[in-house]
Amino acid sequence: MTACAKSVGLALGAALILTLPAAAERLVTSVSSHRVLISSNFTGTDIVLFGAIEDDEKPSSQERGYDIVVTVRGPAQTFVARRKDRMLGIWINVESRQFIDVPSYLAVLSSRPPDELGPSDFLRRNRIGLVNHTLQQRIGADFADVVSRDPFRTAFLRVKMDQGLYHEEPHGVTFITPSLFRASVPITGIAPTGNYEVETLLVSGGEVIARQSTAIEVVKTGFEELFAQAAREHGFLYGLVTALLALGTGLLANFMFRRD
Amino acid sequence: MPVPRLGPATVSIYLPIAELPVNLFVILGLGVAVGFISGMFGVGGGFLMTPLLILVGIPPAIAVANVPSHMAASSLSGALTYWRRRLVDLGLGLVLLSGGIIGTAIGVWVFSILLRVGQLDLVVGLSYVILLGIVGGIMLAESARAIMRAQHGAPPIVRRPGTHAWFHGLPLKLRFRQSRIYVSAVPITVIGFGIGFFGAIMGIGGGFLLIPALIYLMRVPTTVSVATSLFITLCTMLIATVLHAVENHTVDIVLAFALMIGGVIGAQFGARAGQAIRAEQLRLLLGLLVVGVAIRVAIDLVAVPREMFTVFGMEQLQ
Repeated sequence: MTACAKSVGLALGAALILTLPAAAERLVTSVSSHRVLISSNFTGTDIVLFGAIEDDEKPSSQERGYDIVVTVRGPAQTFVARRKDRMLGIWINVESRQFIDVPSYLAVLSSRPPDELGPSDFLRRNRIGLVNHTLQQRIGADFADVVSRDPFRTAFLRVKMDQGLYHEEPHGVTFITPSLFRASVPITGIAPTGNYEVETLLVSGGEVIARQSTAIEVVKTGFEELFAQAAREHGFLYGLVTALLALGTGLLANFMFRRD
Repeated sequence: MPVPRLGPATVSIYLPIAELPVNLFVILGLGVAVGFISGMFGVGGGFLMTPLLILVGIPPAIAVANVPSHMAASSLSGALTYWRRRLVDLGLGLVLLSGGIIGTAIGVWVFSILLRVGQLDLVVGLSYVILLGIVGGIMLAESARAIMRAQHGAPPIVRRPGTHAWFHGLPLKLRFRQSRIYVSAVPITVIGFGIGFFGAIMGIGGGFLLIPALIYLMRVPTTVSVATSLFITLCTMLIATVLHAVENHTVDIVLAFALMIGGVIGAQFGARAGQAIRAEQLRLLLGLLVVGVAIRVAIDLVAVPREMFTVFGMEQLQ
């Protein structure tokens, strides 16, 4: 089912590329760093994206009015959302849904609010804006992305935004000159490790006239990577070291604080 | 899960396994505070530490896996002292441990099932309210009576060697010399099993359950109860740390170490504070603390939640 949806998406994407007007505009983008390194004092960081709109047509067609949408998507993960309700005076999880292979991190920055950029089906097709992303749910045996007003869908977006993992900035892309822009993408301290896709769209007159993709990688370094690897691959040894550390710390304190 | 807001004046440290930054002083402070209580009352302090860690934003599965090493470190000093004074009943401890290991294994299994079906919070919450409420209530009533007797100048009630309960008729009788009891191994194994089972689910060592069970049910002398309980806490918590590391890969050595450092310092001062207070007053304080935690958890169960929805990654549920 997912594979089917993917192939439909691919076909759609291919059709889209074919229907792109043979415009003269090109996008060039660059990020401040392709690797976010997590060390012991990591609490989050900002990735700055710079971009330029190259226009072959002279005189330039800037009067068309350009808009930029920068979307950053973290590694796909499956989540479980649960809803509480009151039973016998106690709040209990009563209902749950799975969100299958949705971005673990998602940031949408644009030069204007997404809903001003075009009709809603255009926004959904090009995944412009948080609410226009496909969030596939499993409801019983069915897979579907339900209506945007679905309480689980809105709650999922709300919780993710509260955590800082989903982020939307309607004026997060600023133009330095009419053809030069920048955007600052906040990577929160709890951002998962892995590959992040950075997609930049040039939107004008209700269509995408150029797109550019790059990637950043969030990785642990030094001791953080060493510990994570040890915990993953040598569980017994790692547990034994932690247990011995507890014994050692206790013994040391006992020795240091002895009164006789 | 709320992420603690980090101001410019805080020192934060990244937890490589939990994959989130925390305020180092908050974690050290928690270690010291709970270690103090641990040293003062001769309990592990897990019933305080696990809810507190969840409160500061550590996911429950990570909290439960990292409290044991803190308990092991802060109970070591006390266990050593009792061991040197030959107050640990090794035989009683081994019988309790045999039940405890089975209980822990089944508890870890039930924990993962509850996590998957989404009812872990409910079962843990109810267990806290019921177990802590009952044990804390009994402690309060008993210590209040003891304090009143002391004020009226009446002699404290000593052990009643003649008392017989129904379980004294069970087979497999063993003699435990230090504890001065001659009972069947069956009820002791059952107590060990219960402590192990609830310990694994609730993220506690179970000292505050085990000590009253030994004193009031088994008629073991108080000092031997506390000494044996501390010894068992130390052993089970070391085993639990290794088990969590092998089974769930949720032991975060940075978090564990920060908690330990605070814990052993707090425990030293707690032990000194505990010696300055009379035994029945100490039990009254512990009873108040246990009942307080039970009430706090009960409020969380009935109060209207700020957010009706929770979202967890599937990886955290396996």
